[in-house]
This record gives sequence, structure tokens and C-alpha cells, in this order.
Amino acid sequence: MRQIYFDNSATTAAYPEVRDIMGKLLCETYGNPSSMHAMGVDAERYVKEARRAIAATLRAGEKEIYFTSGGTESNNWALIGGAQANRRAGCRIVTSAMEHPSVSEPLAYLETQGFTVVRVGVEPDGRLRMDELGDALTADTCLVSVMIVNNEIGSVTEPAKIAAMIRDKAPRALFHADAVQAYGKMELVPKKAGIDLLSVSGHKIHGPKGIGFLYRREGVRILPYLYGGGQQDGMRSGTDNVPGIAGLGLAAQIVCGHLAENRAVLFLLTDHLREGLTALSAELQTEYAKIPGAEGIREPVILHGPGGTFRAPHIVSAAFPGVRSEVLLHSLEERGIYVSAGSACSTHKAHKSPTLLAMGVPFAEMESTVRFSFCETNTIGEIDEALSALRELLPRLIRYRAK
Amino acid sequence: MKAYLIKYGEIGIKGKNRSMFEDTLARQVRQTLAGLGEGYTVSKERGRIYAYCPDDHDEDAVIDAMQHIFGIVGICPVKIYPCTDPETLRKDMCGYMDEVHPDFTGTFKVKAKRINKAYPMGSMDTDAYIGEAILEHCPGCRVDVHDPEVLLDIEIRDRVYAYSRVIPGPGGMPVGTNGKATLLLSGGIDSPVAGYMIGKRGVILDAVYFHAPPYTSERAKEKVVDLAKIIASYTGPIWLRIVNFTDMQLHIYDTCPHEELTIIMRRYMMRIAEHFAKEGESIGLITGESIGQVASQTMQSLLVTNDVCTLPVYRPLIGFDKSEIVDISKKIGAYETSILPYEDCCTIFVAKHPVTKPNLNIIRNSEMRLGKKMEELMQTAIDTAELVKVSGALGKSAGRRAYTR
Repeated sequence: MRQIYFDNSATTAAYPEVRDIMGKLLCETYGNPSSMHAMGVDAERYVKEARRAIAATLRAGEKEIYFTSGGTESNNWALIGGAQANRRAGCRIVTSAMEHPSVSEPLAYLETQGFTVVRVGVEPDGRLRMDELGDALTADTCLVSVMIVNNEIGSVTEPAKIAAMIRDKAPRALFHADAVQAYGKMELVPKKAGIDLLSVSGHKIHGPKGIGFLYRREGVRILPYLYGGGQQDGMRSGTDNVPGIAGLGLAAQIVCGHLAENRAVLFLLTDHLREGLTALSAELQTEYAKIPGAEGIREPVILHGPGGTFRAPHIVSAAFPGVRSEVLLHSLEERGIYVSAGSACSTHKAHKSPTLLAMGVPFAEMESTVRFSFCETNTIGEIDEALSALRELLPRLIRYRAK
Repeated sequence: MKAYLIKYGEIGIKGKNRSMFEDTLARQVRQTLAGLGEGYTVSKERGRIYAYCPDDHDEDAVIDAMQHIFGIVGICPVKIYPCTDPETLRKDMCGYMDEVHPDFTGTFKVKAKRINKAYPMGSMDTDAYIGEAILEHCPGCRVDVHDPEVLLDIEIRDRVYAYSRVIPGPGGMPVGTNGKATLLLSGGIDSPVAGYMIGKRGVILDAVYFHAPPYTSERAKEKVVDLAKIIASYTGPIWLRIVNFTDMQLHIYDTCPHEELTIIMRRYMMRIAEHFAKEGESIGLITGESIGQVASQTMQSLLVTNDVCTLPVYRPLIGFDKSEIVDISKKIGAYETSILPYEDCCTIFVAKHPVTKPNLNIIRNSEMRLGKKMEELMQTAIDTAELVKVSGALGKSAGRRAYTR
């Protein structure tokens, strides 16, 4: 069966070029960059090249890029290493209420270590409350961490504005941005935006899993997180993951090299889906009116997230009231369409979405939220197929549910 | 050299069938140990089963494997010494104490049994002789012939067998010494325990699982296979039928009063399970029901579900409290898997207030409305059921699912 993959924010297929270079580095040029002999030097060249390529995408210096095992490690390191190194500035950390667990969990850990964490709320459409952020920033704030693109609904924050507020109210604070969903989807120049630390993951941009990087602006001090053989200037020990690094470098180069056209394609796709869902909602409304038990549903499809410039190009989040997201997900799966459940709920244990919770989305709506996330190889045709599948499935699914 | 004496309880008293029980148990021990590697031998000697192990065997693995064999009451690690003279025995037994009970200061008793009549010292004399030696060798220890902390058994045969530790086995009877039954297996806590308990009585198990895609997920199905694996690690391979119940369920939903959905569903599950039971030559069904646990398990509900069965339905948990069932589930290593949070097909459309005291005639009448279509759907469900052979795997499966972006 053909597969329609709309879960690109969970992970992406690697580019064939990435696979090829990784295969070569696993089996042929497999030296350890730390070795003194020629094989080590050969391998090191790939690491250098990847670092150069990645730095170029951010218009940053090569020394500002550190390779890690991925987004989770980059976030953990930036937050724990940054807060510890900057403790003299104060013990207050400011973040948002909609962060990914790889940010919110290390911050919860820092709370146990004597830091105070302030979580700024979000608007009902998922935008960060900037006025609340302004109030939260104080002179004794040592760290601010905000995601650039929200992974669940695709809302966008404005790092440059946040950085300006930090300069004004919390001048000693470090600014960390989680760019896992943003990198490769929008232009990012950390220096210009005033970002001190920036986390990126490889497998969200058609690179390999198990690799990512942390951008650390020159002059910003953070403590190392892994100690050992002193690789990467002693800041991040561990034998360089040469195939991963080279794969990441290549993926970064490709994805950022096509940024403008990719964004255009992605907006085309998500606009088309959003319009399609809005039309579907109107269509279903008349149909639902005839279905016993479903008459009360005014809006059969509810789009989440902000519009305009606050919307990321690749994510659409929608609720289908009355239909559990898990059931819809599996029904689409039976037709070869892969999406993710905004909030993987079950009767036993609710795995509540931090973002939807922060937005104040009612539980019933949260339970029925599905996320569609795209990459540049998805097509309008695929979206039309998904829309017609939804058109066919929803009236059936709405009929059968717990009463 | 090292061996294990395998103690079995009930099968010792089974009159003329005794050797059949013993042979089955010995064969199962042999098969289980063969799975651990080469060099194991199992023999039946004088009403006991001994497992002889290679010198480099992993004691924990052997004991764990034997704790999964029904019929074994105790596992005694035995040390074997050459049979020479009392003087050597004395040294050997002091060495045994050093190794097995180092720095021993408690109470003990020696119980020797001289089977080899060529050996120069009698059983009673050996008790006293070795007891005295241990008293001298381990300062601080005392003899207590009534309730000793350590009971040192010494069997003097062509060689000397010494053991003092008894590790509990699962008890019960060897699988295959009784009939075969079909377990209605869900992803919950109860049904795996019910399967375990009936299996423990020597019964061979088959199983049936009902799923309802897309309302239940592939992971829910994997979870049930994992649970079957855990049961199979005690009972041997289980043939598991996976039945797609969705269309039947939706037809009931469309046709019958909502509060009767679960009870009618369960009647159909019993019918299908019985179909497969008979096909596989099972002579009973097994469920994890316990009186009053949920609406479908009141006595009235049980009466109504039981009504469709012609085979006896074994409900080993019938008088158990949930906490007692949980304890067994934990003991057999199923609990962690059972509590994984996936929807199962009994919970998806469940009514807020299902009937708790269904009336058999009313339910039968409701069922009549399902008509010929239901028969066709049932036939399709039977025809399209998947059959999987699940073999036992020790160890527990994965925990909670991680968060993805």
C-alpha cells in the first residue's frame, strides 16, 4: 500500500545523500578523528566540513557549533550547563508553559537544585504572552528558554523581540532557544536575533537520528555536561559520531539551501489543508445534524494555532470533536495515512499535551486533536486523499462512541 | 560437581499414575535445561529428580528456569562428593558449610541417609559425627533438632549428596498431565493470572484475543502477545487466536440497547472462544472473571454469559479480590505489561451505566434483533482470525511509551 506520511515533526526520512555518506563513513572512512594517523585525519575532515556547513547556515562561527546526540541532549546541556555557569546572575529561570519535555523536565530538575522557574502562559491560539513574559523578567534572571516553533500546533515565537526584552529587563540572563522544529523551516541568525544558545536535532531535517547540535555564541559560558576524553574543546566529550555528524551536516546544507522554496511548498500544503478542513467542517455540519448524538457538535473541525506570521509552515493541528484522536489515527493508518495524535489519550492514563493544556483547550477537544506535519516532498494530491478519507471516516466514527 | 534435587509435592501421592507425572516433569526439566545450553543431564532416581549441571552453569538462570516449571515445589542446590570414609566426609561437610553458609552462627541439624550399605558408618551415627564436626568448625552455632535454621541433608550413595537450601518452585502439576483449555485473554491484569492458575494445574493452554481496529491499536495487540509470552514461559507454547471483533461490535451498537452492549459482546466472545476451543480440542474455557468486579461480572451477568457455553467455564479468580490478583500478577511478571495503557475492545464503547442485573430473556430477545447478519459477521470473524504460536520468553517487556515531538 502507498504510504502518505504526515508525521514529519515526529521524524523525517533521511535524504539519500545522507544515507550514502553515512554508509561510506561507517564502513570505509571509519577512523576516529582523535587518532593521530591518516585514517583519523581523513575522518576529521568530514567533521570539520559538517561544522563549517552548519555554521554557515546560521551565519555563525565554526567554534560556536557543538555536536550532541540530538535535541534532548542539546536542551539539557544548554539549560543545566547554562544555569549552573550563570548562577551568579541569580536563580530565576523564565520559560513558557508550552515547552517540549526535553526543556520542561530539565527545568523541573533545576527547580530541585534551588532555581525558581517561572512559566509564562500562552494565548488561546498558542502564541506566547509577551506582556506576561515582560513581567516575568527580572534583574536576577539567569536563564530564559523559549521554543521558536511549537511542536504540537506550530505557533512561532519571535526570538528577536524576546532578546530585546531580556536586554532591557534581565541583562545578565542567557537566552536559550529550542529550534528543533524551527531549524530548516525559517531563517535563523542567532547573533542577529540575540540568541545565546540554540538547540537543533538532525532527524527532523532529513538527517540521521541520534545526532544534533548546540549553537553556543562565542563568549557565552556554560559548563560541560559530559566529561571524558576532552573532544570538542573539552566541552562535550565522547568519540565524534562521524557518520551522524557528516549526515547532519549534509542534511543541514541541503535543507537550508532550499529554504525559500521549501517554505513556499510547505505553506502551499498547509494552506490547502487548512482550507480543506474548514470546508470539510461546513460540509460535516449538515451531516452531523442528522446523526443521533452528534447534532450538538457545532464545529466538526476546529483548527488550532495562530495565523499569519505566527504560523510555522509545516504543522497543522486540528480537533475533530466527538472522535477520539487515537481512533482517527488508526483509521487513517488503515488507509496508509500517518498522522500523530495531539494528545495520546486512553481511558487508563491521559498523556496530556502540555501545549494544548497551556492554551486552555477543553479536555474533550484535546482528546480529539490530530497533528499533520509535512515535509517538502508531500503533495497536494496526498492532502486531497487525506481530506477525502476524513470526509468518509468522520461521519462513521462519530456514530460509534461511548454514550 | 553440582546438581539440583527437584522436589515435587502432590505428584508424589498420585497412586498408579505417579510415574506418568514424574516422567512428564523430568521431561520438562530436561527440555527447559536443554534451552540453557549443553551438558545438562536429568535423571529420575529413587523417587527423586536430579538435574546435573556443567561446572560453569549459571545458577540464577537454572533456578529461574526451574521456577517456571509447574510441578516443582522446591529446588535444592546439591553438592556432590566422592563416597570414601567418614574422615573425608567430615572435611567435606565442613567445607560445605564454609561455602554455602559462611560464618554460620545459627541453629542446625544434620540428617544423613545411608543408602550405600558398604559405607562403614550408619545414618544415626553419621548425624552425630558430622553434627559434632560442624559444632567444632563453626563457633557460635547450635544444634536444634526440632526447628533448625539450616537442615543439612546428606545422602550417602555411590557418591555423597549434600544439600541444605530449598528454593521454592511454583508448585502445581506438570503441564500436560491434565487436559487442554482455551483462555479468553485480554490486555488486562486478570486473564493472564487466570491462565497461569489453570496452567499450574497441569493444563495445556490455547488462547483467544479479541481486538477492534481501528478502535484498538496494533500496540494493544502486541501487548497481548507479550502477555501470552509470559504465560507461555510457564505453560509452554500457546496457540493464540486473534479475532477481529469490530464489525460485530458495531452491529450490536447499532441494533441493541446501549447498556446491554457489553454483556451481549461477551456472549459473542464466549461463543467464538468455544468455537475455537472445540476446534483445538480444548475441553474447557478459562476467564479472569471475579464476582462483582465490574458490571459484566455480577452473578446475574455471569449467568447470562455462561448461558451460551456448552463447555465448562473455569474461573479461577472467582473469589479473589483485585489486590490478591495484582499480587499474583506481579509474582508471575505480568503486571508491568498488563498496566500498559492501551484501549481494549471491552472498554471502547462502554456505556456509562451498563446493566448490572441483566435478565436472560431480555438479553436473548435483544440478541434476536441482530438477525442473520450477526451470524455472517461471526462467521467472517472466525474465518479471518489470525493464528499465532506464542512461545515463552522470560523477562519483562517495555514500560511506558515515550513522548514524541
